[in-house]
Amino acid sequence: MSAVVQSPPGAAPGGALVRSVRDSLVIARRNVVRMARIPEVLIFGLIQPIMFVVLFSYVFGGSINVPGAGLSPSGYREFLMAGIFAQTVTFATAGAGAGIADDMHKGLVDRFRSLPMSRGAVLTGRTLADLVQTALTLVVLAVVAVIVGWRTHENLGKVLAGFGLLLLLGYAFSWIGALIGLSVRTPEAATSGGLIWLFPLTFISNAFVPSDNMPTFLRVIAEWNPFSATVQACRELFGNLPAGYPTPSAWPMQHPVLASLLWSVVIVLLFRTLAVRKYRRAAG
Amino acid sequence: MPGAIYAEGLVKTFGDVRALDGVDLDVPEGTVLGLLGPNGAGKTTTVRCLTTLLRPDSGRAVVAGLDVLKEPDAVRRSIGLSGQFAAVDEYLTGRENLRMVGQLYQMRSREAKRRAAELLEQFHLSDAADRPAKTYSGGMRRRLDLAAALVVHPPVMFMDEPTTGLDPRNRQQLWGVIKELVSGGTTLLLTTQYLEEADHLAHEIAVVDHGRVIAKGTSDQLKARTGGERVEVVVRDREHLPTAAEVLTAFGKGETTVEEHTRKLTVPVTGGAKLLAEIIRELDTRGIEMDDVGLRRPTLDDVFLSLTGHIAETGAEAGAGTGTDKTEEPVT
Repeated sequence: MSAVVQSPPGAAPGGALVRSVRDSLVIARRNVVRMARIPEVLIFGLIQPIMFVVLFSYVFGGSINVPGAGLSPSGYREFLMAGIFAQTVTFATAGAGAGIADDMHKGLVDRFRSLPMSRGAVLTGRTLADLVQTALTLVVLAVVAVIVGWRTHENLGKVLAGFGLLLLLGYAFSWIGALIGLSVRTPEAATSGGLIWLFPLTFISNAFVPSDNMPTFLRVIAEWNPFSATVQACRELFGNLPAGYPTPSAWPMQHPVLASLLWSVVIVLLFRTLAVRKYRRAAG
Repeated sequence: MPGAIYAEGLVKTFGDVRALDGVDLDVPEGTVLGLLGPNGAGKTTTVRCLTTLLRPDSGRAVVAGLDVLKEPDAVRRSIGLSGQFAAVDEYLTGRENLRMVGQLYQMRSREAKRRAAELLEQFHLSDAADRPAKTYSGGMRRRLDLAAALVVHPPVMFMDEPTTGLDPRNRQQLWGVIKELVSGGTTLLLTTQYLEEADHLAHEIAVVDHGRVIAKGTSDQLKARTGGERVEVVVRDREHLPTAAEVLTAFGKGETTVEEHTRKLTVPVTGGAKLLAEIIRELDTRGIEMDDVGLRRPTLDDVFLSLTGHIAETGAEAGAGTGTDKTEEPVT
């Protein structure tokens, strides 16, 4: 019988890397199209952070003392925004997880795994599409923040660098979501599994209040929390740290930009490796 | 020379469950094998092993001349898979779904687009091509799924229960599509719970139970082993039973069984409808009134009963082949 190792007619050229990039983009495109057809996901994804901006600014704003800024609602608002932005990007975890769990559930992952496509592309494509969603969310949120009085005090390059770190953090967390999505049985479980640990993670940090007043062990966690590094870095890059704000002595707080980059890269590498391995073994 | 699909001693266990217990298959090029069995028999697991989705614990498999364990990527280029659930993205249109699959088969974008249009036409989906698949009926989704499996004209196709959940009209329609495909020379392995379906589409049938192939042959051979066709007659008056039994025994190929309380007589026959007509005529001539009369073909249950002594436990292990909680070793 004929051994049919034929390339399909009109096969695209390229080696493994080209194929991997191309396949990832095909999948990313598919997920972005889906996103556009289910806009309610994006809209609901925006409501919570906007609510947080408004609630924290106006409800807590007058009562939280930011060292260096004193008890002023406007001072807290500037302090707060980096924290809300960072929390918002980490919610990409739930989206990625639910999306991948849904693909597994519907048998799409089986179809993809039976195709001669790059093994990591289904996950990479999904995380890239989530990055697009995160970027859109951040744009809307920044506009709302400006409306309630948030201002930056550094040059545009630094501000953009801050948003770059936020996007990278969101991208890193969507890989955590991908692993969760591959590990659970239903999209619902992926959503709650993707969110539940985010609350302690984002609250035991410097995002909403300075970490100085926390009990020692929480303060240490907060200072080494990958999430805090990005928040601190953004405050620096946005010029949102009050003049007399005492920077904690922990290394990530002293070098927040570098710490944020390192944390995000480490998370991507670790969780991408784990998720791709899990994908290869995925049961339909 | 092994056939287009060849498996030898496939074993796969999930925890304590031996899903495959040494499956052997050999499907000659250009033919159709029907894998027949109840839920949980190992049909889906067999398909998953042969399509590189699952690594068997032991055994060997060759598909399209390629070793499934050693050259999984080359195998993936030569096969089309239509799984148990219509695996289409419901938020993409039919056209977008097919284009995506084409691109993931490494076609150029333009070629994928052209092929998508061709398949939509062939599967009577052109009118719905630009609607999200979510709006499709069950039969349309199935057709789209099948089209996706055919994007590259794969020489070897796998279909896992292609008509499960379809109404009779859609089932008929899909059978037509499958027959057309096979007449083009494609080798096909198809799993089904319906003897009728295997009968209709397959050159050869392999009956699976508890992870093993327990019988193999053409549908005629299997039916012969099962006892073939039977004529069933229900007479109006109980006193006619002896005369009727006499007639049936004369035409039949074995003993006539008589159920007194239901006034029913059954006899194995060969000769189908023609013989049935003769029997009716003879009974009529003798003035025996009938409440019911018919030709009964063996069902999956009959096949199972005669092969294993137990009835197909359809549904008993439903879902055992699709659980997501198993540790599966894949082909990477």
